[in-house]
Amino acid sequence: MNPSDVMPISDYLSGLAGGLLIGSAAALLVLLNGRVAGISGIIGGLLQTGNKGDKIWRLMFVLGLLAAPFIYRFVFGLPTVTIDAGTIELIIAGLLVGIGTRYASGCTSGHGVCGISRGSMRSLAATLTFMTAGFVTVYLTRHVLGL
Amino acid sequence: MLSISAFFVGLLFGFGLILSGMTDPAKVIGFLDLAGAWNPTLAFVMVGAIVVGSAGFALAKKRQRSVLGAPMQLPQTTQLDKRLLFGSLAFGVGWGIAGFCPGPAIVSAAAGQPKAWLFVAAMLAGMALYSFIESRGK
Repeated sequence: MNPSDVMPISDYLSGLAGGLLIGSAAALLVLLNGRVAGISGIIGGLLQTGNKGDKIWRLMFVLGLLAAPFIYRFVFGLPTVTIDAGTIELIIAGLLVGIGTRYASGCTSGHGVCGISRGSMRSLAATLTFMTAGFVTVYLTRHVLGL
Repeated sequence: MLSISAFFVGLLFGFGLILSGMTDPAKVIGFLDLAGAWNPTLAFVMVGAIVVGSAGFALAKKRQRSVLGAPMQLPQTTQLDKRLLFGSLAFGVGWGIAGFCPGPAIVSAAAGQPKAWLFVAAMLAGMALYSFIESRGK
């Protein structure tokens, strides 16, 4: 058994510590590069035609994200994760997340972390909307449909 | 210089996602499951990130250019529109179904989770679809 299963306090602490790292990354990206650390926007910008010079930093950021689990595994070992969703659910969810975050100009990082951090009402509205949608979806799938 | 800093910031962001538990969809869904065995961990993640993020953006707002000399590119839009609300709604539904949002999905895919590969492929298709629709409209 994973120790965090019996000691939720360590879950909270790692959550808080992880949050501090995420916030530090967001702060560093805006202070060093003048950019918002929104993952959907950074990736979305790579999928659009146009300005090549604007793509390099995006690509390097994504490479950093991709390198993270390799280094983390080497130093600490990766935590075990559980993905309950099946094939069809993953495809539907992925499409909704992809198209939704682009129309909304942001996801958990761009709106939830960076937007709220810079006091944007638009990001607060987006965050309240996607969190409410998430709460309702899980209520429906878990407790009404019993998936 | 800007690409080197972007790489290390991406790396730090990824470490934060792994340490925080955001890369575990069961934990994310546990947080979204108010009527079940609610797991408040992710609220701690948000608070931790926003506390440090707020300090960073407060400093950034006082600057014309970044520390490395790049222009400050902060979003200027303030309007609440249908795109924002319906986009966020669709995102939230997808997030609730799979327990993945974009950053953690990318990190999990790199960690070698086949289910995350599938999710990321669908997510990239959704993003490409958006770019296609938007470029046609112009």
